Amino acid sequence: MARFFVQRLLTALPILAMVSLITFGLMHLIPGDPAAALGGMSATPEQLAQIRHDLGIDRPIWIQLVRYYGGLLHGDLGRSILLGQGVAAATLARLPVTLSLSLYALAITLVLGLAAGIAAALRHNSILDQAVMMGAMFGISVPSFWLALLMIIFFAVELGWLPTGGYVPFLQDPVGWLRAATMPAISLALLQVGLLARITRSTMLETLRQDFVRTARAKGLPNALVVGKHALANALIPITTVVGIIITLLVSGSVVTETIFSVPGIGQLLTSAILNRDYPMVQGGLLIMTALLVLVNIGIDFCYALLDPRVRYDER
Amino acid sequence: MTSAEPTAPGTQLLGRLLRHRQFVTGAALFSIVLLAAILAPVIAPGDPTRIAMRLKFLPPSRDHLFGTDNFGRSLWSRVIWGAQLSVMTGLAVVALNAVFGTLFGALAGYFKRLDNVLMRISDALMAFPAILLAIGITAVLGPSTSDVILALAVVYVPRTARIVRSSVIVIREMEYVQAARACGAGDWRILRRHILPNSMAPLIVQLSFLFAYSVLTEATLSFLGLGAVPPTPTWGNIMAEGRQYMVQAPWIIAIPGVALMLTVLGLNLLGDGLRDVLDPRLRIQP
Repeated sequence: MARFFVQRLLTALPILAMVSLITFGLMHLIPGDPAAALGGMSATPEQLAQIRHDLGIDRPIWIQLVRYYGGLLHGDLGRSILLGQGVAAATLARLPVTLSLSLYALAITLVLGLAAGIAAALRHNSILDQAVMMGAMFGISVPSFWLALLMIIFFAVELGWLPTGGYVPFLQDPVGWLRAATMPAISLALLQVGLLARITRSTMLETLRQDFVRTARAKGLPNALVVGKHALANALIPITTVVGIIITLLVSGSVVTETIFSVPGIGQLLTSAILNRDYPMVQGGLLIMTALLVLVNIGIDFCYALLDPRVRYDER
Repeated sequence: MTSAEPTAPGTQLLGRLLRHRQFVTGAALFSIVLLAAILAPVIAPGDPTRIAMRLKFLPPSRDHLFGTDNFGRSLWSRVIWGAQLSVMTGLAVVALNAVFGTLFGALAGYFKRLDNVLMRISDALMAFPAILLAIGITAVLGPSTSDVILALAVVYVPRTARIVRSSVIVIREMEYVQAARACGAGDWRILRRHILPNSMAPLIVQLSFLFAYSVLTEATLSFLGLGAVPPTPTWGNIMAEGRQYMVQAPWIIAIPGVALMLTVLGLNLLGDGLRDVLDPRLRIQP
C-alpha cells in the first residue's frame, strides 16, 4: 500500500510540472503590455519600466522560466502586487477559511446526497423516488450564485436570521462561524447534493439487483444489514469517484460563493486579484489550488484501496 | 425487446425519445429559449441598452413585462437579448468541442503513438478545476464573449476528447474494423466511415450537457465581471448590476436567474433523455 502511494505521488509529478508550465504560459498570453495595464494611462515610462522589473518581465523568457521554476522549488510563487505579500503566504493564510467552508459543504453534500440517493433506490419508482429525482434535477440546474443571492434576500434581509456575509473563525466563535458559513455552504452544496443523489441512487439500484444481495436476504438477514453492509459497501467505489469530483467542484465553486458572501478565503483572494490585474497572485493562486486538488485526487485513489479489499495496488 | 422490431433505426430512436418524458420536457424548455434567442429582434424590438431614467425600478407590469432596471432599461429586452448571447455562446462551445474534441479524441484513440502525448496534455488541462481555468484564461485575455468561448473550449475540449477516445479504442478492435482493414481501407477511411459514426452516441450526450455547463459558466463569468462588458446584456451581468438593488428591485436578479435555471434544466433533461436512449450503458435508472 505504501509503495502504491509513493508510485501514485510520482505519477502526479509530471502532471504538476505541466500544470505549472500552463499557468506560466497563461500569464504570457496577456495581450499587449501587462505593465501598461497595471500602470494605467498616466504611468510614466520610468514607472512602466519599474513595473516590468517588478514583474520580472523585462528579462528574456527563458530566464523568466528558470527563475519561475527555481522559485517554485523553494516554495516561492512570486509576490502579490495588490497585497505586497508573498503569494504562497497570502494563499496559505486564507486556506483555513476556504477549507472550513468546503468541509461544511461536503458534510451537507454527503449527508443529504447519500440519504436521498439511498432512500430513492430503496423505494424505487415510488413518489419519494420521483421527488428525489426531481429535486436532484433542480439541484444540478440552479445557478449557485443566483441561489446565494436569493438566500441573502430571504434569510438575511427579509427574515434577518443570518448575516448577509462575512466570516468568523470557527475556533474563535463556533456559533458565529455556523451563522456566517451556513448560507455559503448550502449554496455551494446544492449542486453537489443533486449530483451525489443521482449517482448514489443509480449505483444502489444496480447493486441491490446483484445475486449476493438476494443471497443475503435469503439468509434472513435484517434489511438494514443487507442495505447498510452488503449493498452500500459495494456501491461505495463509484460513489467515491464522484466524491473526488465533488471536492474539486466545491473548492473551485468557492471562488464565486466567497465573493458573494464576502468570505475572506482563497476564492475571494483570486477574484479580487483578477479584478485588480494582480497577475502573480492569479498565477500562484491557480497553481496552488490545482496542486491541492491533484493531491486530493491521490487521496481518493487511496480510499479505493481502503474501501475495497479487492483493489490490490501493491500486487503488480 | 423492441430492438427486434423491423422498423428503421432512425424512426425507432425518435419514437423512443418522444416517449421519454424528461426528454420531451427538456426539449420544450430549450425550444422556448431557442425561439426567444432567434426571434429576439421581433419580440424585443426595443434597444436593450436604451436608458430612460424616469422609468427606473418599475416592477413587472403589463407595459413592462419584466419590469425595468436602475437605468430604466426594459428587462424584457435585456433578458431576451441575453438569451441570444447565452445560446450563441453555448452553440459556439459545442461546435468547437464537436470539431476539436472529435479530432483529438479520434487521433488519440486510433493512433497509439499519439495517444500518450495527447492524453498527458489533457491530463494536465483536466487537472485544473474547470471554472478556475476558465476564470484564469478570461482574466488574462480580458472580458469579452469571444474570450469566454475560447476559455470554455480550452477547458472542455480535453474532456470531450477523452469521451471520443474511449469509444474509438473499443471500436478500433471490432471485427468489422479488422474486416475493413483487410479489404484494404486506409486509416482515414476507417476512422471516417467505420469508427467515428459508431462512436457518436456518447459524444452527442456529452455535447448536450456541455451546452448546459457552457451557458451556466458564461453566466457565472459575466456575473464576476469577466464576460461581455456592460451595457451589452448577458444574464450574468444583468444579475451583477441588479445585485446592488436586490432588496429594492428583486426582479432584476430574479428574472434572469429563472431564465438561466430553466435553460440549464431544459438542457440537463434533454441530456438525460438522450443518454437513456442513445447510450443505455450510462443509464441512470428511470
